[in-house]
Amino acid sequence: MSSADSLEHLATREYKWGFVTDIEADSVPPGLSEDVIRLISSRKGEPEWLLAWRLEAYRRWLTMPEPMWSTVRFPLIDYQSIVYYSAPKQKKKLESLDEVDPRLLETYEKLGIPLAEQKRLAGVAVDAVFDSVSVATTFREELSKKGILFCSFSDAVREHPDLVRKYLGSVVPYADNKHAALNSAVFSDGSFVYVPKGVRCPMELSTYFRINAANTGQFERTLIIADEGSYVSYLEGCTAPQRDENQLHAAVVELVALERAQIKYSTVQNWYPGDAEGRGGIYNFVTKRGKCLGRASKISWTQVETGSAITWKYPSCILVGDDSIGEFYSVALTANRQQADTGTKMIHIGKNTRSTVVSKGISTGHGQNTYRGQVRIQKGADGARNFSQCDSLLIGPECGAHTFPCLEVHNPTATVEHEATTSKIGEDQLFYCQQRGISAEDAVSMIVNGFCKQVLKELPMEFAVEAQKLLGVSLEGSVG
Amino acid sequence: MSSEILLQVEGLCARAAGNEILRGLDLTVRAGEVHAVMGPNGSGKSTLANVLAGRPGVEVTAGKVLYRGRNLVEMAPEERAREGIFLAFQYPVEIPGVTNLYFLKAAANAVRKHRGLEELDAMDFLSLARRKMKLVEMDEKMMSRAINEGFSGGEKKRNEVLQMAILEPVLSILDETDSGLDIDALGIVSRGVNSLRSAERSMIVITHYQRLLDHIVPDRVHVLAGGRIVRSGGKELALELEEQGYAWIEGGAGAA
Repeated sequence: MSSADSLEHLATREYKWGFVTDIEADSVPPGLSEDVIRLISSRKGEPEWLLAWRLEAYRRWLTMPEPMWSTVRFPLIDYQSIVYYSAPKQKKKLESLDEVDPRLLETYEKLGIPLAEQKRLAGVAVDAVFDSVSVATTFREELSKKGILFCSFSDAVREHPDLVRKYLGSVVPYADNKHAALNSAVFSDGSFVYVPKGVRCPMELSTYFRINAANTGQFERTLIIADEGSYVSYLEGCTAPQRDENQLHAAVVELVALERAQIKYSTVQNWYPGDAEGRGGIYNFVTKRGKCLGRASKISWTQVETGSAITWKYPSCILVGDDSIGEFYSVALTANRQQADTGTKMIHIGKNTRSTVVSKGISTGHGQNTYRGQVRIQKGADGARNFSQCDSLLIGPECGAHTFPCLEVHNPTATVEHEATTSKIGEDQLFYCQQRGISAEDAVSMIVNGFCKQVLKELPMEFAVEAQKLLGVSLEGSVG
Repeated sequence: MSSEILLQVEGLCARAAGNEILRGLDLTVRAGEVHAVMGPNGSGKSTLANVLAGRPGVEVTAGKVLYRGRNLVEMAPEERAREGIFLAFQYPVEIPGVTNLYFLKAAANAVRKHRGLEELDAMDFLSLARRKMKLVEMDEKMMSRAINEGFSGGEKKRNEVLQMAILEPVLSILDETDSGLDIDALGIVSRGVNSLRSAERSMIVITHYQRLLDHIVPDRVHVLAGGRIVRSGGKELALELEEQGYAWIEGGAGAA
């Protein structure tokens, strides 16, 4: 197998875990209208103010054009064909792992996922001994001792309405963009976190430890509030593939950091990317934004994006408080016909605010990878500093990488640095590895991991190990 | 000598970048022998090294290459490596973000696995690497740096010999390992190479200069010109070349 051949294989890698669709949903008919929104709200037993907010968002959504400024290309979405509400816990449980697609299991095996976790991910009924809920209960007790609130968004609306009402839409207003407006109108559920003053959250929070985590659906909403001097690390997603029936995902994530608070938000996204021709696959249109509201607060986004047919997301930071810090570390891998348009916005408002942007784009096959970033230094942001680094790695001749950095500096005391590189995995590098006995496949994985190292080291340890394996699996061709 | 024939090259013709480079090359290397290949620029020395290692883009058009009796041309580059063929690169490649240690461990374990040996864990590998680093007087700090990234010319060549020492190849091809080395580095690299010489292990040393052969003393010296070996002899042939240059050889080759 020559290097050129293996590049060819990598370029045409297949989604190794098939795609399972077997939901029996108690859902409302397809289509979107005020009635559907009222129905969603009433089924969830929501207060009047929230329904009013949803309806305002819906009316605004009707007037908004599709965002056409990005480089991603896809047919117009037929919003009236989407089912906007299906009751939770509809997934038919499988009896055992024997019923699961063996390719899915193979992937779990490669990622080193424990058996109980494999069952949960594949949708197999989990027996009592391995019941993840009991694990979750233990964690919940520990969290509640510290006064940390961690629950589903719906629970939060019921149990902590004041906090939700105060912060919902305060970072991402419903009028922000069309996808955010849609989410605001129809969001099904999501996660809510509140960390009280001075509390350091003792564990990485992930939806895994949250009751009712199943089936949060395609319009997920997350709100995390870190009160003064607190710290929380939140993990979103999973390196393992999960079953998903929905093509359009329009999620919203809002983070609020008060004085000296720190939020670390890590994502690994591995949704179905579509087949080699680009059919099927998830449209992942996410609005993620954090507000460093208090002085010396810090918000750090780390993401590893390997899935979805289209990824459109710009986790951003609004640095309001003086001395606050925003960070964005990203790896985006596109293969086959995948398209990713991702990046960040760092808006410097407070004095001596700092931001760091490190973006690593990897393209193979016909994959198209775009970095789009904005760094804006407002008038009053004396002494603000930004460092941005955008690197692209191309594997094979058919893929593309694009970089659109935008720097707006309105304060003469600011320091802004931008570096960008584009490189190819050379046949020389591959041959060098092969000459040492390393297979072409392992060599590509090794080179890509080396390229991403700066970002991977920002992930929590266990997550980083998984992410590294995931990059390997995602790059795998049908060699051998 | 009557030791086992390790490598047998007969009538080898090869093209690279559309040009016919090797035109009927014959070479026999027995176990334990060190062969020096010398010759003017463009004579095909590096192409020979690349054919043996299986570099993509170098195409064998005629002749045969047998390694331990097997048709080498049909083997993938990584299989050749695992079977004991090692190329010390003339221009070692940089791989950013991948540490030397990680790379070497992956390589060593790929080779060990192939040979039916147990793979080494991080601790065992580190102690092996430390032992071998002494051979080439390499600082341990080099192990945590990215492969060849920001290495000086001398450091890169030492790193190649370190890899050779760790992988314990059967047939090593040193492609101008002496180029770009100062006299001290040349000594270190040569000592490293010499320590690997044994009755089972063979080497093909490609060089422009006789001075390397003062350090690594060859059993045979070959002169490559116009894609063929035009003259072979003992180590004294290298001295002769040093004095007279290649012109007389090339003239002879043309007449032959």
